[in-house]
Amino acid sequence: MKSELFVNGKSRVVEGHPMDRLLDILRDELGLIGTKEGCGEGECGACTVLMNGEPVLSCLIPRIQCEAATVETVEGLAAAEARAFLEGFVSDGGVQCGACTPGIIVTALALLRDNPHPDRQEVQTALAGNLCRCTGYEGIHRAFDRGAEDE
Amino acid sequence: MTLLGSSPPRPDGASKVDGTLRYANDLPMDGAWHGATLRSPYPHARIRALQWHPERAPAGAVCVTAADLPGPNGVQLLDDEWPVLAAELVQHVGEPVAVVAAPSKLAARQALRAIEVDYEPLEPTLDLSTAGRQEPLYSLELKSGEAEEELARAHLLVEGTYRTGHQEHIYIECQVMSAGWEADGSLVVEGSMQCPYFVHRSLIHVFGLTAERVVVKATPMGGGFGGKEDFPSVIALHAALLAKACGHPVRIAYDRHEDIIGTTKRHPSVVTHRAAVDAEGHLQAMEIDVVLDGGAFRTLSPVVLSRAVLHAAGPYRCPNVHIRGKVVRTNTAPNGAFRGFGAPQVQFAMERQMDRIARRLGLDPLEIRLRNVLEEGDRLPTGQTMDESCSARLCLEKAARETDFKQRWRHLEAQRRDIADGDSMPGVGLSLYFHGAGFTGNGERVLQSVIEAALLEDGRIEVRTAAVEMGQGCDTVLPMMAAEASGLELEDVVLAPPDTSRVPDSGPSVASRTSMVVGGEVAHVVSEIRDRVLAWWSDRQESGAAHTVEDGLVRGEKGQSWPFREVARSYAEAMGPLVVSRQHEPPEWQVFDEETYQGVAYPTYAFGADVVEVEVDPDTLEVSPKKVTAVCEVGRVLHEKLCVGQVEGGTLQAVAWGLMEEVKLEEGRYLNDRLATYIIPTIKDSPEMEVHLLEKPWKGGAFGAKGVGELPMDGGAPAAVSAVENATGIEVDAIPATPERFLALTSARRQVPSEPEDPERARGADR
Repeated sequence: MKSELFVNGKSRVVEGHPMDRLLDILRDELGLIGTKEGCGEGECGACTVLMNGEPVLSCLIPRIQCEAATVETVEGLAAAEARAFLEGFVSDGGVQCGACTPGIIVTALALLRDNPHPDRQEVQTALAGNLCRCTGYEGIHRAFDRGAEDE
Repeated sequence: MTLLGSSPPRPDGASKVDGTLRYANDLPMDGAWHGATLRSPYPHARIRALQWHPERAPAGAVCVTAADLPGPNGVQLLDDEWPVLAAELVQHVGEPVAVVAAPSKLAARQALRAIEVDYEPLEPTLDLSTAGRQEPLYSLELKSGEAEEELARAHLLVEGTYRTGHQEHIYIECQVMSAGWEADGSLVVEGSMQCPYFVHRSLIHVFGLTAERVVVKATPMGGGFGGKEDFPSVIALHAALLAKACGHPVRIAYDRHEDIIGTTKRHPSVVTHRAAVDAEGHLQAMEIDVVLDGGAFRTLSPVVLSRAVLHAAGPYRCPNVHIRGKVVRTNTAPNGAFRGFGAPQVQFAMERQMDRIARRLGLDPLEIRLRNVLEEGDRLPTGQTMDESCSARLCLEKAARETDFKQRWRHLEAQRRDIADGDSMPGVGLSLYFHGAGFTGNGERVLQSVIEAALLEDGRIEVRTAAVEMGQGCDTVLPMMAAEASGLELEDVVLAPPDTSRVPDSGPSVASRTSMVVGGEVAHVVSEIRDRVLAWWSDRQESGAAHTVEDGLVRGEKGQSWPFREVARSYAEAMGPLVVSRQHEPPEWQVFDEETYQGVAYPTYAFGADVVEVEVDPDTLEVSPKKVTAVCEVGRVLHEKLCVGQVEGGTLQAVAWGLMEEVKLEEGRYLNDRLATYIIPTIKDSPEMEVHLLEKPWKGGAFGAKGVGELPMDGGAPAAVSAVENATGIEVDAIPATPERFLALTSARRQVPSEPEDPERARGADR
């Protein structure tokens, strides 16, 4: 099937099997390799993108569900917003190996859009679906705390 | 210059937050085919027949079995006992039996169905006690003093058996490797790996190629934790075999399910302690038996066991010690390298044993440790005398002070009986631990690591090592060490990619050795290039006076200055290429006798103490870690934020290993072979962490550094479980302390005594 998506603000026409995963459409058809596969079953959050403004797990979304959808990936989001947050995210130790990072950044920026000053518990709730194996999550909390201090 | 200890941003940070960094599976396929693996469904079976039916497979698909190997059927690690592909026998569920390649992922999966295997199931060895009756994969013994005699006349004898389970690495990036053959017959392999030269060696071994004809390139890794030390050699061999068979480059990218069932894990362990203790709680003698489950093949188990035996007595003083260790074979996936490498298992046992001894004497966990803590001048069971870099007491006292441990532990012990049903039960626990820095024994001497630096035409210095960035931050820290030592700016130093055609074998990125060993040599070779450039420059100046380099500037004696990079560029123009290389030599006095297990097993040790606070739900028995205070003494903090990050991440892995992570096997088959069922902590499960870094520089190390990567893995689990005991009064001697295991212990009434067993002893102890 052929479908039109709006990816990072641009119209993209893609074609393939209706059950192909949005993750593969982004990575293999559109070359947006920032979106990662960590488990392929919606547990780890590495493939998180925004679909119509909401965080979704792109490994669980079939092509058939994507028609006319607005999709924002880490590439688009990082280029467009929150430079200070991203820099702080690096310098506060939110990143080590980086494999979970795109999914965490997408979820974090979605949270910050709705709630510019989340507390520790709100951060935990928002990021509960994003696994990180390196940082112990403390560096991620520091990045949010610094964001609050900088305000 | 005070670069070290500061926290410049990591150079790979920006490309990680904006998603532009290319990991192994993000590289263009460039016509590569996809590989897939046929795996054994049996824990133990004979392969009666194996038939590939190309007519049933997608067009062009190829299949490779053990019969097609061009050389020995063995992955070259310590030896080559680990088969590349199963030949006559399969020895664990998930063992690769055949590999296929096809133009698409789907076609590769379909091709697997064109292989028919006839298995004759055999009786598997699954139980450690059964396995223990067979010939071990490896065994070791370490003896000092007269442990048996002392135990026989012990004032107090304390015995315990402690068990730990598997742990799966769960690096977020699964294993991935690509291989392709060049027209001239050379082989190029690229993928996610910690040790490019390990992979290089295995490829040479199996394909019979000369070293120059094999090129191995390590990509930035999405996590390793030891899981990409041993296994990448297997998958690289598979990809190279398939590429040869189909005439295209081949990529094998494991999905999570395959990665869990097929790859190495942390060794499960059973450690049995017998200790003789005097009335004051001083250790008089210890007899320790360490049994590790090696899984189906030897892999790196002998060195894991070695580290286990050398850490089994913990950071404590004890004059008479007898440690026996063995690795046994079971029909489960081979166990291998995982952060800590045998030390977390034995230190879990030692720490639980210390808590048990304390209870027998009516002491608290802090007091028993303070009475036995290893200090400068004390000797380890290997006979090594601790030098001034020993900091166990420092860590212990700091952790206790920061958390008011003694008071709180005693308070919670006292109030435990008063807690009404339904209230969550708070507890606090303590652990003390150490970690030998770098390779074990004569490992560094055998490795003969070579580090190189070269002056580039533009005047920058290229550092050439095989160290791989896996998140730990070596790409940040190595240039810092070079700049600090030489007076150059960070920008004057560049790192060559870890590609065997461009960098020498500086050893594997394991054993917390990269900063301490490789970094130290980097500082030397870069400084030597600076010296040569400087000498040349001085000669060309009228006065010929000595010059110095500071902040990237060459300074003359009359106050004039020139950017080093400009001076170096003139040198390169005038003199041509300049390459300096150096082989790492461990200190002369680091001599270890592999036969007697006496001598200096590690040149120095890093130390740590953790205090973990938990809450236990009395209805569900679920344990929530609330806060961890980790005090780690690492010699010298090279990059503060990265160092803190290592401690935080390692501590969470350790606490999770103690409380929740469990590989469940039934008849050798996995019950939880996906991320939906193998549970690692989310941000919601994770405690608040407070890290205190201490420094007692080691004079032989790079700027005093002792290594930090593995240290925090040693302390989290015993401290968390000790806190559970404080909260519930139930003694946990096996991990993970999941609610299920806990329920069994609760029903068995494994309650610790609320009063000391022998009041007289307790009084003696309080003197």
